Amino acid sequence: MKLSEKAEEILERLWVEVEEEGNVFTDLDKITLFPDEPVYRELTDAAFIEVKEGRVYLRPEGKEEGRKIVRRFRLAERLMMDVFNIRGEAAKEKACQFEHLLNEGVDTKLCTMLNHPSTCPHGKSIPPGECCIEARRSGNLGVVSLTELKPNEEGEIAYIQTEDNKKMQKLMAMGVLPGNRIRLLQTFPSYIFNVGYSEFAIDTNMAREIFVRKQQGSG
Amino acid sequence: MMNFGKKPASTPVADGSGNCALKVALAGNPNVGKSVLFNALTGAYVTVSNYPGTSVEVARGSTVIGGVSCEIIDTPGMYSILPITEEERVAREILLHESPDVVIHVLDARNLERMLAMTLQLIEAGLPVILVVNIMDEAERMGLAIDIPLLAEKLGIPVIPTAAAKKRGLPELREAIVGYDRKRHAVFGYGRKLEADLMEIMALMSGSYTLSKKSIALLLLQRDEEVAGIVRAAEGDAYPAIEEKVRDKMFARRDSFHLDLSLERKMVVKGLMDGVFSAPDKRKPVFGERLSRWAVRPLTGIPLLLITLYFGLYKFVGSFGAGTVVDFLEGTLFEGYFNPWIISLTNRVVPWEIVRELFVGEYGIITLGLRYAVGIILPIVTTFFLFFSLLEDSGYFPRLALLVDRLFKKIGLTGRAVIPMVLGFGCDTMATMVTRTLETMRERIIATLLLALAIPCSAQLGVILGLLSKFPGALVVWGVCMLLIFLLVGLLASKVVPGESPMFYMELPPMRLPQLSNVLTKTYSRMQWYLMEILPLFILASVLLWLGKITNFFQTLVGWMEPVMSAIGLPRETTVAFIFGFFRRDYGAAGLYDLQTEGLLDARQLTVAAVTLTLFIPCIAQFLIMQKERGTKVAVAIGLFVSGLAFCTGYLLNRFIILTGIL
Repeated sequence: MKLSEKAEEILERLWVEVEEEGNVFTDLDKITLFPDEPVYRELTDAAFIEVKEGRVYLRPEGKEEGRKIVRRFRLAERLMMDVFNIRGEAAKEKACQFEHLLNEGVDTKLCTMLNHPSTCPHGKSIPPGECCIEARRSGNLGVVSLTELKPNEEGEIAYIQTEDNKKMQKLMAMGVLPGNRIRLLQTFPSYIFNVGYSEFAIDTNMAREIFVRKQQGSG
Repeated sequence: MMNFGKKPASTPVADGSGNCALKVALAGNPNVGKSVLFNALTGAYVTVSNYPGTSVEVARGSTVIGGVSCEIIDTPGMYSILPITEEERVAREILLHESPDVVIHVLDARNLERMLAMTLQLIEAGLPVILVVNIMDEAERMGLAIDIPLLAEKLGIPVIPTAAAKKRGLPELREAIVGYDRKRHAVFGYGRKLEADLMEIMALMSGSYTLSKKSIALLLLQRDEEVAGIVRAAEGDAYPAIEEKVRDKMFARRDSFHLDLSLERKMVVKGLMDGVFSAPDKRKPVFGERLSRWAVRPLTGIPLLLITLYFGLYKFVGSFGAGTVVDFLEGTLFEGYFNPWIISLTNRVVPWEIVRELFVGEYGIITLGLRYAVGIILPIVTTFFLFFSLLEDSGYFPRLALLVDRLFKKIGLTGRAVIPMVLGFGCDTMATMVTRTLETMRERIIATLLLALAIPCSAQLGVILGLLSKFPGALVVWGVCMLLIFLLVGLLASKVVPGESPMFYMELPPMRLPQLSNVLTKTYSRMQWYLMEILPLFILASVLLWLGKITNFFQTLVGWMEPVMSAIGLPRETTVAFIFGFFRRDYGAAGLYDLQTEGLLDARQLTVAAVTLTLFIPCIAQFLIMQKERGTKVAVAIGLFVSGLAFCTGYLLNRFIILTGIL
């Protein structure tokens, strides 16, 4: 069964309310859902939501579906930002349109292409799919941002991804160059790493922009 | 930064005067020992520190090597010939426009591979390069082996291994400088495609440049505006064709030119390193490294910080400097011997009461100005600078910076601001000057504000610690108040002051045992700066207070301020301390000290007075520097805000203490 776009959006908002903000229920008007709309019937018929005295509850079936929708939306956001280089409101708008195309296995393909990202550009977590769990199990981590490494893990710098040219040059001059070995020493309160015999400290925002190919077996 | 006073002082030795036969420029990454080498070569003194990016200004000195007079230029640290920061621009300026006869590229032996990329750039630019592989002693201790003759052969230039701090390798370097043959050097090739692109651009260039055409072409491709300007001027009508060609090439390589170039250079460096460099597989972490680990982990780093502060600031500066030494100098020497002697001498020699009053009266230049400056402030500031220099040279500050970065981000700063903030505990005026090294205007304004408001300088801190130490509760209230206001105002400022949020990155130099001589020289040069700056102000303050007294204006002012004072629950006598406080905050605190010894203040009043005075308007010197660094508008705004907040806080705190009766 394929949900309408409107139904997907409502389910998505509801899922965020319940799963991420910890509300048990929400009000009908808060998610702009009205009983006389077809989408209302669509959602109640599929047993995704339950409405009692104007309060909307997410049923287990709806939870599962909502999770998938949120995952698709956040993957779409990553695609907009990382690959198409679209930022801000425009990115959000495009991601909203794009997410509806990501069903029937397209999301798995996208997720693999993006190397199973764990967070959306705004730092919220992307619910992992089958492919992510499989990838983690097989130990094939591929290229990850420095923030994904654990202290004392090392790898080879794969690429640097930043809009800011100056920042890129600064990092490269510091020896953060593709092909160089990097060893993460500490992640909190700042990221500390070794390149060669020098030590550097950077903040999380910069660490996010350094991508590292993890060494097999070193993790 | 950190080179107050001393760096310019080495300038007059030879300010680029034409009578030097050889011009020698030192260049290299930050914190590789350029300044140490400069000092060793010239015998002049430049502030040296174990903190990246300390030399912003250019130091020049002269020396005679093998009968040839040489001018030595110490440049700020640069990572690459393509400048990003202000310091790098300054450094390249010298290479571009001063045509040095020898460029000494100094690098850190332990990071040979990483830093050789810049040697390549310098050689490629056609500059007369000598490579100095410095810090050999530490590299050897780590078990690294470098085949210097082989490296020299591969590069085709003289390569000198040194340990500048231990004066090793200096005779060889001197020899290489005078015997330099600028025709000899190797040529390095990039990939075929890049070389072809460069050739196309170079073929269009006909002007003459101080750097090689290949180097210029590469800089053009990296969109170096300054170099583009130079080429435009040199080529005249031919420039549009070059611009067109560069734009073409840039477009074709738009994906990743910077990266490709870095990788090409890396390949060349790899070839050079082959057979030259060998490192042991495993090595034992030395004590410095273990200490470094402790310093950067919150779990051990925070206790370590507290221990450092307790012994360094509280015990050494507070108890020893502000206690023992002040008691001796001020109590025994001044009050016991010097003042009675000078007063009786003046009374015998000078017949006019009014002049006596000026020199040895209640607010006399000698009895008050000199006594405060030398008896109270000097020992406190000296002990603080000693402590600060020791920490600076140990390499602790960059670690502290990364430890507090997260917290500082909340108040709109980055970890980098830890240096001006800590220095502020020594002298806020000096610290305000150092805010210049922060990257964005937003950080500079916030740091300036916080320094003006909530960071007490060492002189003030010493006096306040001494004052409140009799009432431990009062000390706690004062401390909590300062911390709260620091965080609150910072939080607010980070919301209000416009501008982008900054990023934090920093190289961590190895932690090492500070060299006593270096620490002492540095403390001395800071003291000298401080005394030159404050003594005139202390004398001026004495004169103004004397004027105020004889014209009765002073009494009137005290009268005006009385309502304000009583509103915050203080006796009228404290007004005097506040008026002192306008000249210097520490001076005001010292005024409180006098009141307290006379038993005029109880614990509550003392706390309120201490808090208000700490927050109160910065001293005149700091205000002047604020105006110079940030502009009149910002300085006045900060001044007004600070004074308003100081009295409001004083008022509220007084109410609060009365209501809760905690003191």
